[in-house]
Amino acid sequence: MSIEILLPAMSPTMTEGNIAKWNFKEGDKVSAGDVVAEIETDKATMELETDEEGVLGKILVAEGAEGIAVGTLIAVILEDGEDASSLDGITATVAAPASEPPVMQSTEAAPVPEVTAPVAAVRVEADLPEGTTFTNMTVREALRDAMAEEMRLDPDVFVMGEEVAEYQGAYKVTQGLLQEFGDQRVIDTPITEHGFAGLGVGAAMAGLKPVVEFMTFNFAMQAIDQIINSAAKTNYMSGGQIRCPMVFRGPNGAASRVGAQHSQNYASWYAHVPGLIVVAPYSAADCKGLLKAAIKDPNPVIFLENEITYGYSFDVPDVEDYTVPLGKAKVVREGVDVTLVSYSIGVKFALDAAEKLAAEGIDAEVIDLRTIRPLDMDTIIESVKKTNRIVCVEEGWVTCSVSSEISACLMEDAFDYLDAPVMRVTNEDVPMPYAANLEKLTVVSDERIVAAAKQVCYKQGE
Amino acid sequence: MAKKPSPRTTKGGKPAARRKAVQKKAPEATPEDLIQYYKDMLMMRRFEEKAGQMYGMGLIGGFCHLYIGQEAVVTGIQAELKDGDSILTSYRDHAHMLACDIDPKVILAELTGRSTGISKGKGGSMHMFSVEHGFYGGHGIVGAQVPIGAGLGFAHKYRGTDNVSVVYFGDGAVNQGQVYESFNMARLWNLPVIFVIENNQYAMGTSLARASSEVELFRRGESFKIEGEAVDGMDVLAVREAASRAVAKCRAGEGPVLLEMKTYRYRGHSMSDPAKYRSKEEVSKMRAEFDPIDQVKNRILDNKIMTEDELKAIDKEIKAVVSEAADFATTSPEPDPSELYTDVLVAE
Repeated sequence: MSIEILLPAMSPTMTEGNIAKWNFKEGDKVSAGDVVAEIETDKATMELETDEEGVLGKILVAEGAEGIAVGTLIAVILEDGEDASSLDGITATVAAPASEPPVMQSTEAAPVPEVTAPVAAVRVEADLPEGTTFTNMTVREALRDAMAEEMRLDPDVFVMGEEVAEYQGAYKVTQGLLQEFGDQRVIDTPITEHGFAGLGVGAAMAGLKPVVEFMTFNFAMQAIDQIINSAAKTNYMSGGQIRCPMVFRGPNGAASRVGAQHSQNYASWYAHVPGLIVVAPYSAADCKGLLKAAIKDPNPVIFLENEITYGYSFDVPDVEDYTVPLGKAKVVREGVDVTLVSYSIGVKFALDAAEKLAAEGIDAEVIDLRTIRPLDMDTIIESVKKTNRIVCVEEGWVTCSVSSEISACLMEDAFDYLDAPVMRVTNEDVPMPYAANLEKLTVVSDERIVAAAKQVCYKQGE
Repeated sequence: MAKKPSPRTTKGGKPAARRKAVQKKAPEATPEDLIQYYKDMLMMRRFEEKAGQMYGMGLIGGFCHLYIGQEAVVTGIQAELKDGDSILTSYRDHAHMLACDIDPKVILAELTGRSTGISKGKGGSMHMFSVEHGFYGGHGIVGAQVPIGAGLGFAHKYRGTDNVSVVYFGDGAVNQGQVYESFNMARLWNLPVIFVIENNQYAMGTSLARASSEVELFRRGESFKIEGEAVDGMDVLAVREAASRAVAKCRAGEGPVLLEMKTYRYRGHSMSDPAKYRSKEEVSKMRAEFDPIDQVKNRILDNKIMTEDELKAIDKEIKAVVSEAADFATTSPEPDPSELYTDVLVAE
């Protein structure tokens, strides 16, 4: 059977080319690897190699021909034992339909069925049983307990990161874990985020459940490729075959007087990426319940803690295997006049602002998002239906922020319920300054939230 | 390839008997070995030639990186692996998948972006995986597979098995920082990882000498106390012999090991690459004198294991399998639009 040589596409965008040169004549013998022709496109000259050996039986497009469509039959090679009679009927009809490139069914021509994104299924947080007792503990202790409980429940769970073991955690979040679980499961890594994040991804692909601590999320920028290109996308790219059940956790957001490189909030970065779940809790109970849920979850979870809140104390329910569902916001203060929505340490500022507003006769509802991706817009919209006014509070930059996303979603889905424009109260749009006064001017404050809330309630200056 | 005996396992997951001969470090192979390697490498060659043609016809989109010329590397190493071992590589991954005994149909269907592809058409040439076959990708970012490979080795050690992780990467990736971060951790924790540098001389268009201050890549693990060895990566038996030693070390808990495979790719970096950075003579010389398939073929003929005609018959059979795979890949439907939003997250 003779071998047809079609004009190949030699790059993703090539649609046609010129035959710059034939290196062989009809009747010449060609071997695998021979460059039979040179093809020119507007971008480059490329060599057309053959994989086959035989005799060049016929050249159908002459040297110098221009604008030849990809897929056009340009030559025929005769295999061993074939003679020229096999060429009968093959003519140099460049535009013959048979030599059209075999294009796949065109998605342009056919009507494309509408596909809508599924709405994230959220398990509703179970009410605590009557008579539940509580233990007052710090956020730091709650996080540690979450890891310890999950490690006791599942031998596949292990913790790795810089200073998590012998040093007992740079921020003491992993205190005591080495003593209980040993150095096979609580692993000090070198200071090489890119490498150990990738190693964690590989371990997760093999079915283990790593909890990878970044000493701070500022350093996770060195590992961003592994987090996004490997951890987040592999399940999709493998058609659901390769899972990455792991948690990347550590402090995130502004610290105190550490300057621009160690003081920033990455929530909106990670929330941008499909394939990741992004959690940023505030209270110790949520920290414990959400971290346990994150470790149990089969997906890669970005778990953003806040250094300032590590020492804050809250009541944590004494419930066995206490988990909080991922993807569900919580109304932490009920009110009717204005909704304040925030996450992480922003919730503290919002709650403080709500107290001040109450003193002025404005009854604010405060929502703690807890999970940033998927974003629980239902809870926000329910609240807006009641209050008709909203202020988004975020300790982070405003441009392309979580607050911006909430604002846009409200325009699309709750415009009719709004009696005032959505307002965003965020950090100033600058790298974090070091000077104490400038730093204070940069970060969110309850005063700024109060002012914004009054503005959307049209009570400014009263 | 589905029909051929697996180079990795036999039924029941026990190592194939023929591999025992290998353990003795015999430089020569049995006739069965030679025939098997010939078949395996020819399958890779014919598969990729077909993929190249289909790319030229516009049936395969995006980028398409062919392994033609390098077949001996993955074939020789894979011969030493067993059930439960894991391997992973870069975007030049078709041959590695065939070596893992993955059906050529589902690989080619993935290249054409069809629902029957191994990633349901959502991965493409550079992003393919099969946990079932111990194949962990198919990674599109240069060097990213190296720490992941160390992580797979970490998992083997964590679970207390004697399995190994083999991570393949090129001479371009070897200059990446994450590779050294991985070397460090792998040695620090004695992980059972075989780092296989497929040194095909060119990182896209940049020759090794133009990009690397130290071109003896087998030495790259020295400052991490990782033993390295340079191997003739065009000779499947030399590869297998080196792999045999490396695998034994890793199984005994003495890993990691670094192998530099001196090999050569005949084609451009990807199908879009006219490869103007090297001479025609250089490529022709490599093809004529060092071709991995010809080397095995000559051994088979010299030792009168098979005749030229018998080898031709094998080629014909393989071409038929590839041709059938191509039909499958071009006639399977594209993914259903409902697949757009599946697998973003693991559904609970």
